[in-house]
Amino acid sequence: MSEDAMVTAREAIVEVYGAESRRVLATLIRLLGDFDLAEEALHEAFAAAIEQWPRDGMPANPRAWLVSTGRFKAIDAMRRRARYDATLGEYAREYDSLVTESAQADDQDIDDDRLRLIFTCCHPALSPEAQIPLTLREVCGLTTEEIAHAFLTKPATIAQRIVRAKAKIRDARIPYEVPAPSQLSERLDAVLRVIYLVFNEGYSASSGEAVTRAEVSGEAIRLGRLLVELLPEVETRGLLALMLLQESRRAARTSADGDLVLLEDQDRSLWHQDLITEGLALVTQALSTQRIGPYSIQAAIAAVHAAAAEAAKTDWAQIVGLYDVLTRIEPSPIVELNRAVAVAMRDGPLAGLVLIEGLFNRGELTGYHLAHAARADMCRRLGRHAEARTFYKSALALTKQEPERRFLEQRLSSLE
Amino acid sequence: MKYMLLVFHNERNFSELGEATHATMLDESIRLAHELASKGQYLAAPLQPTSTATCVRVRDHKQVVTDGPYAETHEQLAGYFLIDVKNLDEAITVAARVPGARIGTVEIRPVRDVPGLPTVR
Repeated sequence: MSEDAMVTAREAIVEVYGAESRRVLATLIRLLGDFDLAEEALHEAFAAAIEQWPRDGMPANPRAWLVSTGRFKAIDAMRRRARYDATLGEYAREYDSLVTESAQADDQDIDDDRLRLIFTCCHPALSPEAQIPLTLREVCGLTTEEIAHAFLTKPATIAQRIVRAKAKIRDARIPYEVPAPSQLSERLDAVLRVIYLVFNEGYSASSGEAVTRAEVSGEAIRLGRLLVELLPEVETRGLLALMLLQESRRAARTSADGDLVLLEDQDRSLWHQDLITEGLALVTQALSTQRIGPYSIQAAIAAVHAAAAEAAKTDWAQIVGLYDVLTRIEPSPIVELNRAVAVAMRDGPLAGLVLIEGLFNRGELTGYHLAHAARADMCRRLGRHAEARTFYKSALALTKQEPERRFLEQRLSSLE
Repeated sequence: MKYMLLVFHNERNFSELGEATHATMLDESIRLAHELASKGQYLAAPLQPTSTATCVRVRDHKQVVTDGPYAETHEQLAGYFLIDVKNLDEAITVAARVPGARIGTVEIRPVRDVPGLPTVR
């Protein structure tokens, strides 16, 4: 084979790796029953591809080739180890008979394997600190270094969480299965929560480099798309719509110097129209069903904002109505706070302020900087500047995010 | 009369004892288990460490599953079920049906498979 053909073959392998490695891994985990064995097998399969494909040509179905090669290598390795350990030999024989019949996996099986992998990584018996890095590592294929960089943690910490999570999956026997229909909605909630946490990690204005953070959100959106493809439930669509509509505002929500720009002050021509179009279509689909959930409603709220050509044209009555629904199906102080802000826009700051004062009187959200900031803002709009200053100051004392601190300081100095 | 013997120790101190001591203690346990089994007195097996634990609560008819062992000190051990099911999901489903899960917590710990112990059925 010529030098050029070799290079082409290698490029093809890199491409196959990008497109297929997560699918192959998901299937190998099912066939081998163990994450570590499957990762080793995946590695071995690609090592074999690098050796054989440039020489023998690409197989007709690279994915099937990789799965069967990985499986073969794993069983072979078990046999070699079995010379020292009789029980492993037993396992190898068991796998052999179990696997031969199922090795010819069709596309439906492969899709199911990806779902199995997602549900296992987001199993509620794993802590959220473990679910997130495990999902990013196993489902998205990010390295521990990349995950650590995105979450501003040491790679060793992330690696340790992943190792522990895999040990728990193995030792407590967390099944590699798509949950039964009776459990599906609760388990799907856990998966959606993990994806949304990943998205917010990349979207919130906390700290870290802007580029890395956009990649983290991008990864969450990719996961959301994959889930819509595999499990097109209402809330799966709702979450993807919510992420797309929020993402569409990324360029407009910070100024050139990294300052926070409020929704009402954003340059709406910077909003990403393709993402809005895609998000709106998903919201419409979600709203047309009876079984609507919290993500779909939040997406619908984001859609109302997206539909307003300028801030003054926002349909606040509709937003308040959507918050009413959200308060009914998923009541929380945060939802009440957001509803209060919408009411203030519809009926004036006093109406909103009464609601926020009600929350504070119940002892809710007293440690939440945005609740103090919203209260301050309503006092400011009512001309009650002394009160506004007090609440901006308490918001400042509670915030940990630099852009928010700068924003609050500007507001405070404008009242001096 | 059946009795359950609950063994408490500090996992960190235990790991610091070293592998040789672990092996001696395990041998000792296995010998004890066989001695009891020969008299028809052995009924259960040891547990995996707390890193494998999962807690199940039921509140407002909703099942709440969390990672980790039961850590409250102001509630007392009230009872136990030793069950044999396919995997953790099945164990969680059973745990959520235990009435105690509605007023307290059910901690699920896998039983350790130790080669050499008498078979329990």
